[in-house]
Amino acid sequence: MPVTNLKLEPQAPPQPSAQVIALGYTARPGIDRRLSRFVAQAATNLLPLIVTLSFFTLAWQVICSSPESSLPAPSRVLEESWELIAHPFYTGQGVDQGLFWHVFASLQRVALGYVMAAAVGIALGVLVGQSALAMRGLDPIFQVLRTVPPLAWLPLSLAAFQDGTPSAIFVIFITAIWPIIINTAVGIRNIPQDYQNVARVLRLNGFEYFAKIMLPAAAPYIFTGLRIGIGLSWLAIVAAEMLIGGVGIGFFIWDAWNSSLISDIIVALIYVGIVGFLLDRLIALIGRAVTRGTANA
Amino acid sequence: MTKSYLSLELIDKTFERGGTRTEVLKQVSLAVEKGEFISIIGHSGCGKSTLLNIVGGLTQATSGVVLLDGKVVDEPGPDRAVVFQNHSLLPWLTVYENVRLAVDKVFSATRNKRERHDWTMRNLELVQMAHAADRRPSEVSGGMKQRVGIARALAMEPKVLLLDEPFGALDALTRAHLQDQVMQIHATLGNTVLMITHDVDEAVLLSDRIVMMTNGPSARIGEILDVPLPRPRRRIELASDRTYLKCREAVLKFLYERHRFVEAAE
Repeated sequence: MPVTNLKLEPQAPPQPSAQVIALGYTARPGIDRRLSRFVAQAATNLLPLIVTLSFFTLAWQVICSSPESSLPAPSRVLEESWELIAHPFYTGQGVDQGLFWHVFASLQRVALGYVMAAAVGIALGVLVGQSALAMRGLDPIFQVLRTVPPLAWLPLSLAAFQDGTPSAIFVIFITAIWPIIINTAVGIRNIPQDYQNVARVLRLNGFEYFAKIMLPAAAPYIFTGLRIGIGLSWLAIVAAEMLIGGVGIGFFIWDAWNSSLISDIIVALIYVGIVGFLLDRLIALIGRAVTRGTANA
Repeated sequence: MTKSYLSLELIDKTFERGGTRTEVLKQVSLAVEKGEFISIIGHSGCGKSTLLNIVGGLTQATSGVVLLDGKVVDEPGPDRAVVFQNHSLLPWLTVYENVRLAVDKVFSATRNKRERHDWTMRNLELVQMAHAADRRPSEVSGGMKQRVGIARALAMEPKVLLLDEPFGALDALTRAHLQDQVMQIHATLGNTVLMITHDVDEAVLLSDRIVMMTNGPSARIGEILDVPLPRPRRRIELASDRTYLKCREAVLKFLYERHRFVEAAE
């Protein structure tokens, strides 16, 4: 049987030789093909999204287009808030700023509160994960405190700080810290016995163990906590800013409501959503870069 | 009393959990000479891993002492490097960095950077892994990981090399290849090796002496078998060698006739 196969093969070339010409012809389209493949891939990834977006926009348009509708249709949003959409970098007096500046102010507060939460949260998480005594002493407190809604902290922090901005930052801090603590602790507790044995055979000291084994081993868990934390921070800042006022996307929304500028609220919500999404992606990206290879061997 | 290089004297180990005491090891004594290759074989659950961990200092014996080169062993240390069954490489470090971590730790005072780098590479070359130095453990095969684990252990220049079922998780061909490599390294460096295994052929092929453990609980050393085969040993020639077959038969008889594994004992 194989012999007949062998005999058949030499007979085959005449046919491919006809294709060689075609190949020579397609040598230039090679780039085109790569481009078209890219376009095709983009289309398969984006097309469903574009379809659903158009569908929702259309539905929204249809539902809200009647004159007595309480919410504006997309066309009316564009019309009424065009100033806002077209000039995100506009600077004016007081809270009369472009959307970019509102988002920027909010991001600054989130950054401050979040970075503090990350630092303190990881430290406490390591403590609770490492020491059974600290675990018994602190974990019940954490479990109770983490269920307190972010905004419930605001009056207390206003009383303590006597000022809006530090209060908002504190609310971010207290919101983001719990998932960071809890996930870090779980990560530390789940460090495989193997790695601990390696550390013991090598006689790594406390600091070496922390830097070379503990942090890298717990990194995937820590980043899970950080990612949940950033999401919660962004949720909390909008709510907190509504109450404290000043420049910031939260207060912008509240202000727009008080001025009955419903279209502005819709534009602001789109901003909030996209920024929240980008923040989440950012932390995920950093996490992937840092924990590269950590997952499993 | 004994002047052996490594001696285990009347080791007892009892685990206590929730009020129930389980005696794992009872009165285990063993004397190992420098450069000897010793295998410990026994059914699973007979406490052979516990015994290795006691020598490694990772577990404390309930009573009895381990003496290495005249000193009492009571904590882990690089003079008793362990090659773990599941390689235990740190996945966030490259192959090179895994070995280098050990080299840096053990020779931080005695060797400079250049020497430590060279020593790391020397040991990777010894297990033929220098070509993959910059890969991560997840990017190399199981056999390669275990070779890196061996390189890391060798790089510590241990007085005793402890192998905890080092080839257990590998396929037969890779295992044979690694066994040959370990034999060659043992011939070159003359390490003292304590290896746990449950593979009879592996034990006979590699060891100078085979320590056979009785079934747990309260496992003890049932018998110690000398393997008087000349080195270097070649597995193909040994396949029909009289002495080899006799040793093999002796171990098999011990394991399957006199100390048959009883599931109920678990």
